[in-house]
Parts: sequence; C-alpha cells; structure tokens
Amino acid sequence: MSDAAATPVRALVTLPREVKRGEPFEVRLLVAHPMETGHRADAQGQRVPRDIVRRIECRLDGDLVFAADLHPAIAANPYVAFPLVVQGEGTLVVAWTGDRGFDHRTSVVVKPL
Amino acid sequence: MGCRGGTGIAAGAVLAVITAALISACQVPASGPTTVSASTAPPRRSGFDDMSAATQAMQRDDAANPAWLWVEDGRQRFDAQCARCHTVAAMAGVAARYPAWDAAAGRPLTLGQRIADCHARRVASSPFGLSLSKGPAQHTASWLPEHDARLALEAFVALQSRGQPIAPPADARLAPWRARGETLFRQRMGQLDLACAHCHERRAGRRLAGSVIPQGHPTGYPIYRLEWQGLGSLQRRLRGCLVGVRAEPFGDDDDDATALEVYLMSRAAGLAMETPAVRP
Repeated sequence: MSDAAATPVRALVTLPREVKRGEPFEVRLLVAHPMETGHRADAQGQRVPRDIVRRIECRLDGDLVFAADLHPAIAANPYVAFPLVVQGEGTLVVAWTGDRGFDHRTSVVVKPL
Repeated sequence: MGCRGGTGIAAGAVLAVITAALISACQVPASGPTTVSASTAPPRRSGFDDMSAATQAMQRDDAANPAWLWVEDGRQRFDAQCARCHTVAAMAGVAARYPAWDAAAGRPLTLGQRIADCHARRVASSPFGLSLSKGPAQHTASWLPEHDARLALEAFVALQSRGQPIAPPADARLAPWRARGETLFRQRMGQLDLACAHCHERRAGRRLAGSVIPQGHPTGYPIYRLEWQGLGSLQRRLRGCLVGVRAEPFGDDDDDATALEVYLMSRAAGLAMETPAVRP
C-alpha cells in the first residue's frame, strides 16, 4: 500500500504469441533504468555518478543464448531485441546487471507449438 | 493569470529587439492584438501523424513502447489499491471524457487529479479515518502531477480508452472553465509574447527549427517523451511550452492548467485516444 518503492524495478520480456519449434522468433526486452552516463553535472555542478545497466544475459534452461554489454550514451529504459530458436519448451531467464548493485531477473516460459 | 499575458513594458530595449527579431522570424505580427482570434481550422490531426516513422513504430509496438513499463506498474497498483471499488472494465472510456466535473471538489478534475484525490482520500488515509476528509483532497498534500504512481495509474486507466474518440461531457458547469482555457490558449504570454494559438493553430504543420509544429491535441497523455526519457503529464508538456515562450509556468495542478486541459480536450473532441503515446 505504500508508495515507498520510489523506483521499482520494472522489466518487460515480450515473446510472439506463437512460437514455432525450430523457427527463429524475436525476444524483446525492456527495462526501466535511468542509464545515467556519468558525464553529466547536477544543478550544483557536481558530477552525477555513472549508473547504467552493464550487462544483459539471457539463459535458456541455464544455457547462455544471448548477452550484451551496455555502455554510457544509451538512452534510458533500454530496449534490446534478439532472435532466438528453440527446439522444445524451456525457461528463459533474463538478467540485467549494472552499477550500484543493479540486478534484476525475469523469467518466462517458452512453449513452442 | 494576468501576469502571464499582455506585453511586458519593463522589458528593455535589447530584449525588445530580440523579441521583434524572433517574432518576425516566425511571422507573428509584433503589433498584433493581445489575443488571437479563432481561424478557420484545417483538418485536425494527431501529433502522431507528424512523427518520424521510427517514433511511430515505437508507439505502435507495445513491446517497444517504454511507456508500457508504467502501464504494467499501473496495472499492479490498480489491482492492489483500486480494485476494491473500481473494475478495469468500468475504466473504458473514462479518460476520453476527462477532465470532468467533480461534485465533491466543486470543480473539474483532470484524470490525474481524480486519481490523486481518490488515493489521498480513500487509500492513503488511515483506516481510523483520521485524515479522511469530506471535502476535496489537498492536491499539494497528495501525489503531484509527475508522481510515478499517479502517472502509472493514469496511463493504465487511460489505456482502457485507447482507440475511443475523445468525448468531453456536455456539462454546463464546465463551460466557464472551457472559456477560461480558450482565453489562455489565445492570449499572448511571456517575453516572446506568443499565444498557444500562434504556433499550434496558425502555424501548425510548419516547422520550428527542425520539428513539425503539431496542432497540440492531447490525445495520448500521459506520454513517453523521448526528450524526457520518461513518462510525463500534459501539465509537464504545457510547462515546456510556457518556459519556451518565457512565460511563468503553471504550478502543480494549477487551475489555469486544468482550464487549458478542459479546453484542449474539447478542441480535440472526436480524435482517437492514443494513450500511452510516444512523442519526440
């Protein structure tokens, strides 16, 4: 009931409605993150420390299927899409990790037709 | 509202020259009337139509539209806090008819104000009724316009009206507010001495620097604006324009902002709701 969660971690993992076995489809990732570059100054002229997502890793039943290293100068709330092929049902775990201990995981079940 | 309109007598000669240059640059008669009369309107179009193909694609695709991060947050908040009294199904079309008259407050409330009001009186108040006020909630004591939870709930509620035509209520009590909003829309403001109508009516479709000037229909609020890298309210967008013409911006939930919103929604009547929209 509280509003205390000032910046709740929010992430969206979108799969197509229908996934076919052996056919590539697109996995789309969106995470709420300020992506502060570390190059900006605040109103007092103090440098705002860098706060970005450093790495995105996707594992399908434990196997790494996609990874990306992120750098400064990427817009807030980064969107990443990548193609994937599955041969059977599996659990896709997406992990975003970054500065200031940022660590968020979302898992989705992939059920091919 | 008087301080925003009119011509600044105190402005120095240098400023007058700059202002004159800017005004002539955008072809607004410097010695024109202090208000802008209504002109024959071209077909109305959403700002969506003037966006780049990439930004349009971002709005069309819910998976790529970052506003959905707020929408999903709003859905969870709605289920947790609002579902005791409201159903999601009943929210369909609500955003298309706001701002609406609120009998308890004795004034029109915008959708965001209505949500903040409901939250302050029904949700945040103690179970013992210590802060359960009978009258309108003090907006300053509740969620401000850019509060993340207020934006999230506003986006989620407004999403239920997506695709529906904007339909302001035919409520006579709103008429004075609409008139006040139109007055503000047509009144010259700020050091640049420009009215909303100068750009968003007379010069809509032409360019300000590299950007197409939209007609200014609030079809998709709260919007994810790329410039903000976040979700923001119509009030925030209006503040951007007021600062742009160097006028004193409206305060949070200012009556003038509400009046302008009442007018803008009636001006956009019939256009489809787009919430959550993406804008450059």
